[in-house]
Amino acid sequence: MTANQSVAQLDLQLGLPPRRSLFQDVVHRFVRHRVGMIGLVITLLVVFVAIFGPVLAPAPPNYMSFTEAFAAPSLAHPFGTDDFGRDILSRIMYGARVSLMVGVISVGIAATTGTLLGMIAGYGGRIVDEVIMRIMDVLFAFPTILLALAVMAILGKGINNAMIAIGVVYLPIFARIARSSTLKVKHEEFVQVAHALGASGPHIMLHHIFPNILAPIIVETSLSLSFAILAEAALSFFGLGTPPPDPSWGRMLSDGREFFNQSVWIGIFPGLAIMFTVMGFNFLGDGLRDALDPSMARH
Amino acid sequence: MNYQYVLQRLLLAAVVVLGVTLVVFLIVQLIPGDPARVSLGMQTTEELVEARRERMGLNRPLLEQYGSWLVNAAHGDFGDSLITGQPVADQIVRRLPATLQLAVLAIVIGMLIAFPLGILSAMRPNSALDVFASVISQLGVAVPDFWMAILLVLLFSSGLGWLPPSGYTPIQDDFSGWLAHMILPALTAGLISASIQTRFIRSAMLEVLHQNYIKTAHAKGLSERVVISRHALRNALITIVTVVGLQVTALLSAVVVIEIVFNLPGLGRLALDAVLDRDYTLLQGSVFVMAFMVSLVNLAVDFTYFLLDPRIEFA
Repeated sequence: MTANQSVAQLDLQLGLPPRRSLFQDVVHRFVRHRVGMIGLVITLLVVFVAIFGPVLAPAPPNYMSFTEAFAAPSLAHPFGTDDFGRDILSRIMYGARVSLMVGVISVGIAATTGTLLGMIAGYGGRIVDEVIMRIMDVLFAFPTILLALAVMAILGKGINNAMIAIGVVYLPIFARIARSSTLKVKHEEFVQVAHALGASGPHIMLHHIFPNILAPIIVETSLSLSFAILAEAALSFFGLGTPPPDPSWGRMLSDGREFFNQSVWIGIFPGLAIMFTVMGFNFLGDGLRDALDPSMARH
Repeated sequence: MNYQYVLQRLLLAAVVVLGVTLVVFLIVQLIPGDPARVSLGMQTTEELVEARRERMGLNRPLLEQYGSWLVNAAHGDFGDSLITGQPVADQIVRRLPATLQLAVLAIVIGMLIAFPLGILSAMRPNSALDVFASVISQLGVAVPDFWMAILLVLLFSSGLGWLPPSGYTPIQDDFSGWLAHMILPALTAGLISASIQTRFIRSAMLEVLHQNYIKTAHAKGLSERVVISRHALRNALITIVTVVGLQVTALLSAVVVIEIVFNLPGLGRLALDAVLDRDYTLLQGSVFVMAFMVSLVNLAVDFTYFLLDPRIEFA
């Protein structure tokens, strides 16, 4: 009989509930978090639409039918059609791909680079810390959309450059979170022991510090996805992100702007899609935060 | 007052502003294309481009160019626009009032909504008002600012016909015209700002309301109004000031978007036009002024902490 089995049997005899692993504990807390679960369902729905959009969409996203231009919502076109007679529901379904892709890649850029810089700042010496964090302070001084505009001026228009621009804008947030978490963890005994055993700095950061600062990074990743989706929508709205005729929610709002008065659905549904998706990621982030660190749970 | 703290904070702000100048200067260096060629247009000769490069100092070493840009910027000279040829500083001065007016109005609207809503929902957790405040907060964070602007225009301009959909009248020319043009943009930015502030004010107040000194104040028989205003709110102010300060930075970002949607002649509109027209010097100047404003706000927030709680020290 192993030690774990004997502990389990003792618990059973004492009438105690079964013990859970740390991961099971997190899952248990998340499943009981109503808002977090709503966020998870919304996020999964958006991911499902993004993957299966081409199969599920009633029409190709760029298929034009001028005889059906400005058609109001109906059974044939549940969200109506735009000025070119394109089915708005189909374009929103394809647009989910763009939004998710931009969100995942730009936040991926920000999270990996920012976390790495934050860990180096937190674990490295005072000079390294000062240099990295002052650079982050400088980036923080720029209003986000303005910094994104400046980066896009350097890189040029287009969806790929929009992703890099958004990644640069959100990089300092991850750096600050990773640095403060690293500062807390680096004085723990297991890090001191690893250091005493002769482990190298990169080894300690990767194998000992990184797994222990992952929780706040995961939470920030989920919350940043929503900001990234909003930023892409804004850049596309200004004509700097997704090029026409590809559907992007921000682009759809920008292109249809002059027709909102006569066909209000052109302005309503893409906006609702953005709001719904952003809300999903925010709820998911709230749930993850409360599940991963109950002490951070909001009142 | 702890002068060492003030000095250290001022030094840090100076370093950040210097970093901002470097980033802004590098933007122009990194943008593909030749500013001298852009300023001369398509119909030009190599000799003219070379002469313009010499006049603009683009043939000098990079460090020398940065040094001279820094000295000029310190004197309020950001060079001439590549497209219009006008001094960039003049354009910024012309555009600054609209941006500042919008930002101030938005902060006032945001605080007028967020303070009562946040405090009342913290005093009555899980009440109908608390749920309402929570829903409003979540919606405000999720709604894209430019979409909210469009919806408000659809409702108040196209639908009800109460307010103009876009444009701007200078305040000194016609106050009522100015107000009519500013209400919708300020309301858009204010509602977004309020949704975030409400959440933090509620959270900060809830934390304070559970402290022992609040229970003592209640036990002394003080009225709820006195307990909230004299004991709870004062202690929650540090968190609230932090959030309002951070909000100003986020608000300046929203202001850029809202100016563009409402066609307000502010710094945000100027920056977007500069990107679209490839007017590098104009972009440089407008981005620098906005980042400088953010640095000043951050500095003001730090000093406010110190005034609110003298125990705070420089970390």
